[in-house]
Amino acid sequence: MKDQYSVILVYATTYALRVEKELKEVGVACKLIPVPRYLSSDCGMCVRIERADKETVRRILAAAQVETDGIYDI
Amino acid sequence: MPQEQNVIYFDNAATSWPKPPEVREAMAHYLDEVGANPGRSGHRLAVESARIVYAAREAVAELFNAPDLLRVVFAANVTEALNLALRGYLRPGDHVITGSMEHNSAMRPLRALEQEGVELAVAPCSPEGFLDPARVAAAIRPNTTMIVLNHASNVVGTLLPVAEVGRLARRHNLLLLVDAAQTGGAYPIDLQAEKIDLLAFTGHKSLYGPMGTGGLIIGERVDLERLAPLMRGGTGSRSEREEQPDFLPDKFESGTPNGVGLAGLAAGVRWVLAQGIEAIRAHEMRLTQQLVNGLRAIPGVTVYGSLEASRQTATVSFNLAGLEPSEVGLRLDDEEAVLCRVGLHCAPVAHKTIGTFPTGTVRFGLGAFNTAQEVQAALEAVRRLAVDQSRSSPSSKHQPAEAVQ
Repeated sequence: MKDQYSVILVYATTYALRVEKELKEVGVACKLIPVPRYLSSDCGMCVRIERADKETVRRILAAAQVETDGIYDI
Repeated sequence: MPQEQNVIYFDNAATSWPKPPEVREAMAHYLDEVGANPGRSGHRLAVESARIVYAAREAVAELFNAPDLLRVVFAANVTEALNLALRGYLRPGDHVITGSMEHNSAMRPLRALEQEGVELAVAPCSPEGFLDPARVAAAIRPNTTMIVLNHASNVVGTLLPVAEVGRLARRHNLLLLVDAAQTGGAYPIDLQAEKIDLLAFTGHKSLYGPMGTGGLIIGERVDLERLAPLMRGGTGSRSEREEQPDFLPDKFESGTPNGVGLAGLAAGVRWVLAQGIEAIRAHEMRLTQQLVNGLRAIPGVTVYGSLEASRQTATVSFNLAGLEPSEVGLRLDDEEAVLCRVGLHCAPVAHKTIGTFPTGTVRFGLGAFNTAQEVQAALEAVRRLAVDQSRSSPSSKHQPAEAVQ
């Protein structure tokens, strides 16, 4: 499962940073990257996570009431 | 503090100076090490830049107890923030109430809106600059939508009753817009406890950030669909669309932000939080009372406002009999290296209220970096001017404080 990623799409940079903050607080690895073209034509950022963490991340973000545009495998 | 210029800077009500060294350091770091456009790219420097802007949002939200940092919308200054709130929210047929101690940053957009069909009531304040909440209550009409209140006068520093008016606004289901230009960072403000719906703030005064920073905090009762942006443009988000995004803060923040300024603002707000607003307030109150008492003891000096430090900010207005404010300001600068502001301070209605229109006043605006020694030295400087004046023209034809309206 190593090097298999998912990305969390967000409305805007501010939301990406909020997601990063929530994940860092509980020690889930993540990285802000440009949004892959095939997922969105947006010019902003998204948050990349390990695919294995996807469900954990969903729970964390739901609990923290952080709005996202969905989580997609890449 | 960098006081090499050997001046007494008493113009903090216009802009604070000096700034904490952390502010310069944060701005130098941003320019030297970060530099990229926040939120416009995904590379490491763009991410770092976006983090700095985020940190500024976080610091401001913490200072004012905003419900959510997404509700902190940055603007170039408090004037832009007030224009966004007023022009963005009000529509012809709406009725707005404000007080007679307002700055032109609120009054001019309100008067322009009045020309476009918004109705405006100006609740009269006392000659000391206080506002009785009952005056606001009496002005409420069925079509009243908003109350606009200057938290503290930029002319005489008097504090206006935000919490009481906030409760009144809630009872009548009105929005309360507060102009915190003179209080943000110098006096405790709790957006949620004081029932403030819209808080316009500036970064370069008591938040000790640089000029070109400020913003509007949008409370949870504000209808975001109704609030229109002042400008539309690139946001780095929803780039496939030709319409403005509808989410916070992007709906109200178009174009490249003042990244380097916001780096400084974040450092300034952190500095204020580290000092503690209560400690800053206590220091400024001591200096203010020392200044007021000292000025009142000088023959020929008239001090305006509350005369009580506990009821005002560290801004004190006065006049010296027989001398125009502009002459007092020039001589204090030239002969005494005391830097202050004179005239109407962009607040004609406030001067009409306290009885100093159109001549204006001499204004000493103290800040966190001023000292009791500086206040003492400035008092001696004013005393020298007063003594000089009484010797040279005992029957002067200039009477600034009693000028005709």
